[in-house]
Amino acid sequence: MQTRRKPILIPALALGTLAFLYIPLMAVASFSVNNSRFGLTWHGFTWKWYLELFRNEQILEAVGNTLFLGLVSTVIATVVGTALAIGMSRFPWSKKTSAFFEFNLYMPVITPEIVFAGALVIAFASLRYFSSAFEPGMLNMIIGHVTFQVAFVALVVRSRLAAFNNEIEEASHDLYASSWYTLRKVILPMLTPGIVSGAMLAFTLSLDDFIISFFTAGPTSVTLPLYIYAEVHRGITPKIHALSTVGLLVTIILVIASQKISNSFNEKERDDA
Amino acid sequence: MTSEQQNDTRIWYGELTTRSALRRRGLLQVSPGLFWILIFLTVPALALIALSFATRGGYGEIEWIFTFENFSRLAGYGMFGWSPDYLIILARSLWVAFVTTTICTALAFPLAFFIARKPKSTRYVWLTLVIIPFWTNLVIRTYAWQLVLSPDLPIAKFAAVLGLIPAGSPLYPSEFAVYLGMISAFLPFVVLPLYSSVEKLDWSLVEAAYDLYSNRRRVFMQAVLPQTLPGLSVGAILTFVPAMGMFLIPDFLGGAKYMLVGNLIQQQFGKSRDWPFGAAVSLALMVLTLVGLFVFRRKGEKMEVV
Repeated sequence: MQTRRKPILIPALALGTLAFLYIPLMAVASFSVNNSRFGLTWHGFTWKWYLELFRNEQILEAVGNTLFLGLVSTVIATVVGTALAIGMSRFPWSKKTSAFFEFNLYMPVITPEIVFAGALVIAFASLRYFSSAFEPGMLNMIIGHVTFQVAFVALVVRSRLAAFNNEIEEASHDLYASSWYTLRKVILPMLTPGIVSGAMLAFTLSLDDFIISFFTAGPTSVTLPLYIYAEVHRGITPKIHALSTVGLLVTIILVIASQKISNSFNEKERDDA
Repeated sequence: MTSEQQNDTRIWYGELTTRSALRRRGLLQVSPGLFWILIFLTVPALALIALSFATRGGYGEIEWIFTFENFSRLAGYGMFGWSPDYLIILARSLWVAFVTTTICTALAFPLAFFIARKPKSTRYVWLTLVIIPFWTNLVIRTYAWQLVLSPDLPIAKFAAVLGLIPAGSPLYPSEFAVYLGMISAFLPFVVLPLYSSVEKLDWSLVEAAYDLYSNRRRVFMQAVLPQTLPGLSVGAILTFVPAMGMFLIPDFLGGAKYMLVGNLIQQQFGKSRDWPFGAAVSLALMVLTLVGLFVFRRKGEKMEVV
């Protein structure tokens, strides 16, 4: 038999690849505490760029816009997307209707983001033609974000729906529960893990989005990615290093928190079973 | 018998006992989400097709004069004869997306195997390490590459010593920088679905292949690859589609010299205000993406047969 050596190649490649992902992030973090306004040579340690962040009104406003956009669009998309997923899977639609639903559900997934953005520009221009609303700004941004979030929430919730059995639901009907009562007391509680992970996905997609925001934002609705984009075009500033590092830290906290939440759901399920 | 009855769907649902009552409730739940996507994405995306045959007016408005001009312009025919600029941009986008997907796949395999072979208790730590860059904002990650490639840092200095670039200049904008940005942006898109396939891998088949004197290459091709194909194809699609339309990375790292189709579309809907031409380019991008996906699928099917 061929002897298998202890592989060194695979761990080396794997760790190298991980390093490749982290080198840029480390560079940003280390320069965020560099005491030099111009250039990237080391001039000693400082916190001053971080202090500047908290005094910069534009940045604080961008943080506020980003969170507002993320929270509002996530709430709308979670409600609408969950209803869409339940409505799609719990009713006897004809094959053609189901195919039409599916097509729309996958549209935001298969459309290249830049085409999506172009489509939104056209949609808002047409709506403006008929009304005075829909000027570039927060409303348009929320609508744009909800459009892609709805599909992702519905896909996550639907995979969850497919996983659980109908018996409990049917038992509820057998006991003369109304369909709304069954929805509230049986389906929604069982779906909670799926809804929560769908909502978390929607929220991170919103925080992460640049292109859709870029095409729908107005002058008063600058989000953090848009602010950083504009600053980078103006030239490298140490403030951006600090801001990016804060963004990185928030990401790390979000990732760990979301894993804690999904783990706690998994454990609870195991206990229930 | 209707197809619905064959599907074995229930027509009885609590107090909703008739099919029409059921359907009314269903429509109530489905319609907000469905209309949202229809109004703001599906219908306007279809309108893009109509728009690509329209003309741009003098002030950036749309004139509904049916014309193929946008497409002949895309093919390079303009007032001053033929020039392949736009075709080069299209071909380049396809090539960059293809190379990015291939390299990401090649790098994702060792990483996915490395994580899957770790003991269960530490696996999620390694996975978290992959997810963190994945969740970090793309604007930040792309800017970070500008920083890494800037003239004061070792990589650009080293390149200058080798004579690849003049001393004191950054390594961006360049083709090389675009690839670095693209690969690091999309790598997690392949690693995560591939990992979920590798985790479920039936190692007994791999053992059997070794017992039957297969060499490493054959074990990989015949015992490992077919099993991981589902994750791999998801990863490849998740990389290829957004890479085709990418606009931020070439904007930051490619400059005017290395424009991709995403930048071209952005120009038309932004500064140039030439929506009909933008629509035509978008249509070309959609078609190219679909063709690319088709090729990936065909390749995937062939691999399964081998």
